[in-house]
Amino acid sequence: MWKPENNWWKPLDPIEKRWVTIAFIWCLFLTAMMPIWLVMGKQNVPAKTYKILPADYMKVVDKFVEQYTVGTDETTGIPIVEPPPGGNAFILARQFRWYPILKLKEGETYKIHISSIDVQHGFSLQPTNLNLQVLPGYGYVAEIVPTQKGDFTIVCNEFCGLAHHLMVGKIIVE
Amino acid sequence: MNEKNAAVTWEGIEAKEFDYRVCPATGLLVDTKAEKLVIANAVAAVICLTLGGIFALLISLTRWQTIHLLDATWYYRLTTAHGVDMLVAWIVFFEIAALYFGSTALLNARMVSPKTAWLAFVLMVIGGGLANFAILTGKADVMFTAYVPLKASPIFYVGVILFAVGALIGVGLFFVNVFVAKAEGRYTGSLPLVVYGLVAAAIIAVYTLLSGALAFVPALFWSLGLLKQYDPAFYRNLFWSFGHPAQQINLCAMVVVWYMLSHITTGGKTPNEKLSRFAFILYVLFINLGSAHHLLVDPGPSFPWKVFNTSYAMYLAVLASMIHAYSIPAGVEIAQRKKGFTKGLFGWLKNAPWKEPGFASLAVSIVIFGWIGGVTGVTIGTEQINMLAHNTLRVPGHFHATVVGGTTLAFMGLTYYLIPLVFRKELRMKKLATLQVYSFGAGMTLVSIGMIIAGLQGVSRRHFDITFANAAIQGGIPQGVHIGLALLGIGAIIAILAGTLFVTIVLVSILNPKKVSPTSVTLVIPQESVNVPETKKEPSAKGTFVLVLIFLMFFATYYLSNWWLLGRTWFIR
Repeated sequence: MWKPENNWWKPLDPIEKRWVTIAFIWCLFLTAMMPIWLVMGKQNVPAKTYKILPADYMKVVDKFVEQYTVGTDETTGIPIVEPPPGGNAFILARQFRWYPILKLKEGETYKIHISSIDVQHGFSLQPTNLNLQVLPGYGYVAEIVPTQKGDFTIVCNEFCGLAHHLMVGKIIVE
Repeated sequence: MNEKNAAVTWEGIEAKEFDYRVCPATGLLVDTKAEKLVIANAVAAVICLTLGGIFALLISLTRWQTIHLLDATWYYRLTTAHGVDMLVAWIVFFEIAALYFGSTALLNARMVSPKTAWLAFVLMVIGGGLANFAILTGKADVMFTAYVPLKASPIFYVGVILFAVGALIGVGLFFVNVFVAKAEGRYTGSLPLVVYGLVAAAIIAVYTLLSGALAFVPALFWSLGLLKQYDPAFYRNLFWSFGHPAQQINLCAMVVVWYMLSHITTGGKTPNEKLSRFAFILYVLFINLGSAHHLLVDPGPSFPWKVFNTSYAMYLAVLASMIHAYSIPAGVEIAQRKKGFTKGLFGWLKNAPWKEPGFASLAVSIVIFGWIGGVTGVTIGTEQINMLAHNTLRVPGHFHATVVGGTTLAFMGLTYYLIPLVFRKELRMKKLATLQVYSFGAGMTLVSIGMIIAGLQGVSRRHFDITFANAAIQGGIPQGVHIGLALLGIGAIIAILAGTLFVTIVLVSILNPKKVSPTSVTLVIPQESVNVPETKKEPSAKGTFVLVLIFLMFFATYYLSNWWLLGRTWFIR
């Protein structure tokens, strides 16, 4: 019932050969798409990352907030910070909030640093739908150009504790 | 049928060193000690499936925003338990049962060390029990992934480690059984394809379970306070070398089950053993690279590292799946054509045994696994596209199609044939069994598609409330999200009902006191015969070729439209 034929080492028939060839070419195309998009595409996973201790990251963020604060969010008391176009901006993740609120200009480039000071979080910009993993001890430098105006929320999409679903941040684009 | 130490020969092989019976349906020798172990592991598997299924219903009715059943704490807690019981316990118990079955009955061989196998079983039961205890008592609200530095009680890590060690022992025994069977000359020539595939699954299992131990042992020490720091990036890499390939053991085992079911229900055989075996080798060599799918938007790894790994070198594991996706239906087509179903391109398919639960589960499992699971998996596992999908509901949408609609459904289908083969009981309510397969498939299709629809609109996975009702900062969500989540909830209800039906049919069949007699076992209802045309030419699988080409076009459309979607979002690099 289950035994193979005695001599099963035989060549592929024409249909098999055709299918394996087509499938392999498709696989090569799938592989090629990623380097092609790296060169031609405008959306690539940020390659610049660095290691940083949570305490150090906190200091940098505090300095950044002090320098560029333009207001305070009424309901949460979280500062609204407007970094200079082309410059560095910082987002800090902690249980259970994103800090601070960024105010950006449409069409300008910003180097947005993202890191966590406690557990892992997920940076999920909505409704644009851009998602990055955030780890404590590691910083991301994402060069971002907002292409739409409006209020955008940062949802935490990596489970970070029992109040995970309350962790929502904001980016304002004018 | 027990005969102790009787010197009976079977195809020239002497079988006197172990207690055995002769299987009435297949004529295979069955080691009664191995049989008990197969039964124990299969029963444990179904118990885990039942538990995980109850949790599944509760958490999906919570995600269905209109019902929103549980509170946040229990939602997270049961999501953790659901992951552990389904992705690890149910699947691995069933695989161990399959490995023992494959390395003894299918080779006319014996279980070399039943005592060790029982030790493995006990370790797995204790491990699974401890992990569940820790989770359900609130000592491990960390999700199935338990990402460091989110800390669980040491009991949780001990449970997972014990389970992995037990499973590793079981896998080791599988290899020992196969080697001893060969040394004792219990089978001649090459391994049957089915066992060959199981060997591939077992090799993958070894490096998977070792990675699991490597990830969890330091986590245990860290949880005990003996280790101060545990790098989260390092843990993620190790964890996914366990978490992702663990599902590739399933994949491999599922493909094996597909070959079995196609053979049992239609007499189909792979048209080319060499090609099918080559595809299994591709799995062994490349599929574990897929662990990188989870690290595509992590800080740390470089672009070349991500691309090489996420593409399984050059999508060579995908190539393997595409080979099986052709070989299995082609085997069915050729067998059907030989029976006289030669009309047109698809006459063989139209006249396939659709009312046979085994064939139904084969067909539905292949479609859900390939068309939904495979296509979405390759797409969201593309480095840049992953930015649209990472940690959204598209991810569970993908793996519920592969692991549940694919693997679980195939395992359910096989179980219906293991009842007469292993339990020696008649399968009761066979018509309901067929209905069970179709309704489970329909339910899981809705679950997966519902999740994908919501995920495409950015809805996060593992999230209690995506309307952010109690959050300090409010964000609107697209209305279409609710349609996706409702589909998920409705699909889950259908799938759970079908799952309940599965457990019921199995219980009613095996609790029936009457054992089947050696002559009365009919595994498959015979098909109506047709006039077989007299031809010496081997029929070719042209219908299957057309089917796989249509599949490829669908694949390409979905894949390319995701690049288009990515091109519309903010610029980032």
